[in-house]
Amino acid sequence: MHHLVIDRWSRGSSSLHQRDPRAKLAALLVFLIVLSTTRPAAQWAFAAYAIMLIIAVHSARLPILGLAGRAALVLPFSATFALLTWWSGDTLRALALAEKSFLSGMAALLLVATTPLTGWTAALESWRAPRMLILVIQFVYRYLFVIAEQAQRMRWAAVCRGSHKTGGFRLATGLVGVLFARSWQRADGIYHAMLARGFRGRFVPAAPAPFRAADALFFSACLAGCLAVRILL
Amino acid sequence: MSKAIQIRGLRYRYPDGTQALNGIDFHLDAGESVALFGANGSGKTTFVMHLNGLLRGEGSIEVCSMPLSDETLEQIRSKVGVVFQDSDEQLFMPTVLEDVAFGPLNLGLSPDDALTRARTVLKRVGMAHALERAPYHLSAGEKKRVAIAGVLAMDPEILVLDEPTTFLDPPTRRDLLTLLRSLPQAKVVVTHDANLARALTTRAVFFDQGRIAGEGDVIELIQRFHWEYS
Repeated sequence: MHHLVIDRWSRGSSSLHQRDPRAKLAALLVFLIVLSTTRPAAQWAFAAYAIMLIIAVHSARLPILGLAGRAALVLPFSATFALLTWWSGDTLRALALAEKSFLSGMAALLLVATTPLTGWTAALESWRAPRMLILVIQFVYRYLFVIAEQAQRMRWAAVCRGSHKTGGFRLATGLVGVLFARSWQRADGIYHAMLARGFRGRFVPAAPAPFRAADALFFSACLAGCLAVRILL
Repeated sequence: MSKAIQIRGLRYRYPDGTQALNGIDFHLDAGESVALFGANGSGKTTFVMHLNGLLRGEGSIEVCSMPLSDETLEQIRSKVGVVFQDSDEQLFMPTVLEDVAFGPLNLGLSPDDALTRARTVLKRVGMAHALERAPYHLSAGEKKRVAIAGVLAMDPEILVLDEPTTFLDPPTRRDLLTLLRSLPQAKVVVTHDANLARALTTRAVFFDQGRIAGEGDVIELIQRFHWEYS
């Protein structure tokens, strides 16, 4: 499961993993702003952004292909709009659209692959992001695992009873319905367990680390690099 | 002897109309261990969900001489530690250490104190080697130990264990029993396992259709209700 792998990646020990989540989140925001405002004609700039990301992935000791493959999941969505743009005759804009969505996905993925969930949601909270939004992110993340596991078990059970012969739309709709009911039940159980251990609507971060000079330096370097590419290329 | 739990006339009806509890009177003395027997659907789990206010029915509930109310809910949840039947429901944080520290952090302990307490209880339950592991990668027995550690980290006075030996193999059951016997807290143990009940508790209560059908010495109750299949 994708999020299990990313969860494992986020527990690494590289220098990028050790940077404060707030610094990484700020760097991501700068990267996204700079990327989204880059002109389609500035193709060298996109190449430079990609190189910056490759360097970051390499320094985080993460598998570049694994990360790129997961980031490519955004392409079917953006490719639709890119194709429409291409058909309207603006090839460069279509290309830039696909590049921007892929690089954005890659950058966001790099953040979550080098920062545990509790770290980057705590960073969001420190930025006064709406608490409800943070709670939704945290619950979705946890329940996603629950639902995926439940779905896998049901699929196995169906396969064991020959679903490959008699399956199809009817079976799929049945599985989805049961999956929804069971997931709701399981999610309810988890919520009860959380309440039983004093949960009051907020995940308390276990170890908020101080913002160090190295974190400020990291952010400054990212800011300078992004601005340099944006202005010069 | 002081009462850890005192319940009078507890009734609970689920939103679908099922009358799950129908006038339960129950008490638990400080330091005592009681087994709850009964067929599936007899109301045992619904009952224990009331002990820390997860469900709220009619009737009066006192925990450590505190009446259960909105005002006392937080205190009571820190005094009554519930270990759920399915450990997967109880383990929801990314690492074992973070999961065990979840409760103490909610109690208001500083992160350093919460992590120290989490490490201490994990050592006590024999899971100190798994601090950074993801809970969903543990074996069933290890998950149960971590779930118990998560509850012990809140320093409860009463432990509620819902089917603690479900999914466990015999050696793991034996290890779990040794661990539970070493814990000084008063215990309410929901179980079908007569061996566990005999080894861990002295008194038993038998649930039937939302009522208490009998209570008394655990061995006598097992015989009276034929609560063994061998």
